[in-house]
Amino acid sequence: MTLLANILIDGIAYGMVLFIISVGLSITLGLMRFVNLAHGAFAMTGGYLAAWLVGAQGWPFGWGLLAAVVLTGLLGAVLEALVLRRLYRRSELEQVLFTIGLTFLFVATANLLAGPEVQLIPLPAWLKTPVDLGIRTLPAQRLLVIAAGLAVLALSALVLGRSRFGIWLRATVDNTGAAAALGIPVKWVYAATFGVGAALAGLGGILGAELMPLEPYYPIKYLVLVLVVVAVGGMGSITGSAVAALALGTIETASKYLASDWGSLFFFLSMALFLAWRPQGLLVARRA
Amino acid sequence: MSELLLETRQLRKSFGGLHVTRDINLVLRAGDKVGLIGPNGAGKTTLINLITGVLAPSAGAVHLGGEDVSALSQAQRVKRGLVRTFQITQLAPTLPVRLQVEMAIHERQGTVGGFWKPRSSYSAVQDESQAILQSLRMAGLAARAPVELAYGEQRLVEIALAMALRPRVLLLDEPMAGVPSGEGQVVLDALATLPADLAILMIEHDMDLVFNFADRMMVLAEGAVLAEGSPAEIRRHPAVRAAYLGEEG
Amino acid sequence: MTSLSLHAPPLWRQVLPYAALLGLALLIYFVFPDQLPMAARIAALAIFVMSLDLVVGYGGLATLGHSAMYGVGAYAAGLLATHLTGNPLLGLLAGACAGAVLALLSGLFLLRYEGLTFLMLTIAISQIAQNLASKLRQWTGGDDGLSGFTIQKILGLASFDLQGRVAFVYCFAVMFICLWLMRRLMASPFGLACVGIHQNRQRMAALGTRIRWQLLKLYTIAGAFAGISGALAAQVAQIVGLDSLGFELSAEALVMLVLGGAGNLWGALVGTVVFASIHHWASTLNPYHWLFIIGGMLVTMVLVPRERWGQALSRRLQLFRRAAAPSGASS
Repeated sequence: MTLLANILIDGIAYGMVLFIISVGLSITLGLMRFVNLAHGAFAMTGGYLAAWLVGAQGWPFGWGLLAAVVLTGLLGAVLEALVLRRLYRRSELEQVLFTIGLTFLFVATANLLAGPEVQLIPLPAWLKTPVDLGIRTLPAQRLLVIAAGLAVLALSALVLGRSRFGIWLRATVDNTGAAAALGIPVKWVYAATFGVGAALAGLGGILGAELMPLEPYYPIKYLVLVLVVVAVGGMGSITGSAVAALALGTIETASKYLASDWGSLFFFLSMALFLAWRPQGLLVARRA
Repeated sequence: MSELLLETRQLRKSFGGLHVTRDINLVLRAGDKVGLIGPNGAGKTTLINLITGVLAPSAGAVHLGGEDVSALSQAQRVKRGLVRTFQITQLAPTLPVRLQVEMAIHERQGTVGGFWKPRSSYSAVQDESQAILQSLRMAGLAARAPVELAYGEQRLVEIALAMALRPRVLLLDEPMAGVPSGEGQVVLDALATLPADLAILMIEHDMDLVFNFADRMMVLAEGAVLAEGSPAEIRRHPAVRAAYLGEEG
Repeated sequence: MTSLSLHAPPLWRQVLPYAALLGLALLIYFVFPDQLPMAARIAALAIFVMSLDLVVGYGGLATLGHSAMYGVGAYAAGLLATHLTGNPLLGLLAGACAGAVLALLSGLFLLRYEGLTFLMLTIAISQIAQNLASKLRQWTGGDDGLSGFTIQKILGLASFDLQGRVAFVYCFAVMFICLWLMRRLMASPFGLACVGIHQNRQRMAALGTRIRWQLLKLYTIAGAFAGISGALAAQVAQIVGLDSLGFELSAEALVMLVLGGAGNLWGALVGTVVFASIHHWASTLNPYHWLFIIGGMLVTMVLVPRERWGQALSRRLQLFRRAAAPSGASS
C-alpha cells in the first residue's frame, strides 16, 4: 500500500512538473502555431538563475524563485519580440531548425557560463521538512510542486476562459488582422503570452530540479518529454496537457519503481497508444 | 440509349442541422455534356466532392458504370474513370508542368510504381504529355513550374492533367475561372479532342460559355435541384431567373 | 523543395559529380591518410543522412525517429557477426533487412497520421526500440554495448587494418553504390510520385495515387538504406551502442540534411561532411563549442534563407558574365 502511495505521490509531482513546463509550449504550438523546440531552454534558464541567485548570491528561496521566474519570462518576451515573431509565417521545418539552433546556443552558453556540472538549488529548511497530512506525511517540496501545478491549471483556465486577456489571445490567434483592426494590441499579446509560457517553464525547471537535473544538455534531454505531453494532451489544450502530464508522469514513475530495467519503454508505449487512439489530443480541444 | 456512366441516388450531405446537399439524383450517360449552375453556396463543389469520394455522404449512393462505388476511395474511383478538376487550382507548386502531366499518365498506365527505369526512358509518356500540352497551346510552358505561371495558365494545367487521365466521366469545377476571356475557347477546343463518349459535367459562372457548351443544364440552389432541362428551357425558366439570373435575365 | 528537370542531363553531366566524388576519395586516400578512419565513419553516416533525405526531402515526412532503422541495422550486423558469421556483405544484408522490416511494420501504423502526430510517433518508435535494446541486455550488451565480434575479409581480399585504409575503401564503395542506387530510384516515376505527394497530396489523390502505399514503399526503402548505414558503422567500429537508436542521432541527421540541402541526395552528403568535420574539429577545443557553431549556422540559415544566398550569388555571376562578354552573347 505504501508503495502505491509513493508511486502516486511521486508520479503526480513529476506530472505536475511536466505540466507546468509544457503549458507554454502547448499555447505557442497550439494557439500561436509556432514550433518552438527551444522551450526546454527556458526551463533550464529558470533553474540556472534560481541556482545562481539562491546558491551563489545567497538570496532567500522565495525571492530567488520569483526573480528567476520573472527574468526568464522577460527573456522569453524579448526573444519573441526581437527574433521569433519573424518566423511565424515560415514553414514548420524552418521553425524546427531555427529553434534547434537556438537550443544548441543555449546549451553551449550554459556550459560557457557555468561549466558542465549539475546546478543545485539549495532548498530552505522549511521545504525539506515532512508535512503531516493526517493520512500520510509528504516532503514539503512535493506539496509545493503539486500545489503549484494546481494553481497554474486554475489560473490558466481562468485567464484563458474568463479574462479579457484570454479573449484578446484567442482573437489574435484566430485572425490577427481583424484583431488588430479591433484595437487589440496584437504584438503585445504575442509577446506577453510567450513571456508567460517561458516564465512557467522556468518555474517548472526550478521545481523539478530534483527529478530533472540542471545541466547544459537539459533542453535537449528533456525536449522529448515536453513534446510528448503537448502532443498527447492536444496542442492548445491546457487541461489536456494536465491530464496527459499526470497520466504519463505516473506511468513513468510506476515503471521506475516496478520495472526499472525496462527504462522508459512504458512511457513511450503509452504515449504511442494514446496518440493512436486520439491523434488530436486526449480531450479533443477546439478544432475537430 | 447510350451507356449510363454515372448515377447518384438520393445523395445527401448534412453537417448537423445544415443540409448542404439534398437528395440529388444525377444521371450522366456517355456523350452527355451537362452544365451545372447555381448561386454561390448552392453546394456545387460539395456535390463534386461527394461524387468523387472526397466527402462521405450522409445518405445515398454513387454508381459508376453500373457499379456501386460509394465505399470506394477517391483514388479507386479515379482508376474507374472518374476525374475532376479543382475550383481552386491544386498543383505541385514547383514541379515543371510537363512532369506533372507525365505523372498523371504514369498513374493511368500503372507504371507509377516503377523504380528502376528512369523517367527519361519513357519516351511514349513524354511524347504524350507534350502533345496534351500542345493541344492546350501550352507547349512552350512545359518546363515551367506552376509558381511561375499566370493563374489562367495554371487552370489550363488542371485541364491537361484531367485529359492525361483519359476519363470516362469528367467533372470540371469552374474550369474557366481566371482564364482570360477569349481564351476560354482554347479549353473548349481541347475538350472537343476528347472521345465523344466522354460524359462531362461542367460547373461554371460564365453563362455564355456554359450555355454554348452544354446539351443539358441543371440548376442547383440551396443544395437541391431547382430545375433541369435544355439550355433554352432553363433560360426561360421563371424560378431560375428569379433565384439566379435576376429579374433582368 | 525538390525542383526536377524535364530532361535527363547529358551523360557527362550525370557522371561528373560521381567522378568528382571519386577524385575526392583518392585525394583523401593518398594525401590525407591520417583522416581515413574519420572519413570512413563519415561515409557510413552519409548513407544514413541520404536515407533520411528520401523520407524528409523527397517524401516530405518530417521524422525524428529514423535512428531506429539505423540502430536495428547495426545490432543485426553485430549479432550476425557474433553468432553466425563475420562475413561483411551478409552483415550489410542483415542490416538492410532489419531496417526494412522495422520500417515496413512501423510505417503501416505511422503513415495513418500526419504532421506533429506523425513526428511524435516516430520519436516514440525509436525510444521504444532503444529502451527494448537496453532491456534485452543479454543480446545487446545493454549500456556496455555489443562488441567482441570480428569481421572477416571483405570479398576475401583484405581485413581491416589499423590505419583505416581498408575500412575507408569499404565504406566509400558502399556509400558510392548506395548514392547511385538512391539517385536512380528517385529518377524513376516512383520518385516523381513521391515528390508529387510531398508537394500536394490533394492533387495526387485526384490523379488516383494510392498515397499511403507509395509512402510506405518509400519509408521501407529508406529504412533498408538506414539499416545498411548502421551495419556498416557497426562493422567498422566493431561495437554497437544504445546511442545508435537514440533521439540525438535522429536530430543530428536532420540538421546535417538541412545544412547541406534536402531533396537531391548530394546535399545530404555535403551536410554530413560539413557537420561531422565541424563536430570533430570543434570538439578538440571544447566538447560544447561545436554547438555554438552549428547552432549559429542553423539560426543564420533560417534567418537568411538559401534563396537569398542563391540570388546574391547568381547576381554576382551575371555581372561577371556580362563583364566578360560585353558584345551581348547569349548565355
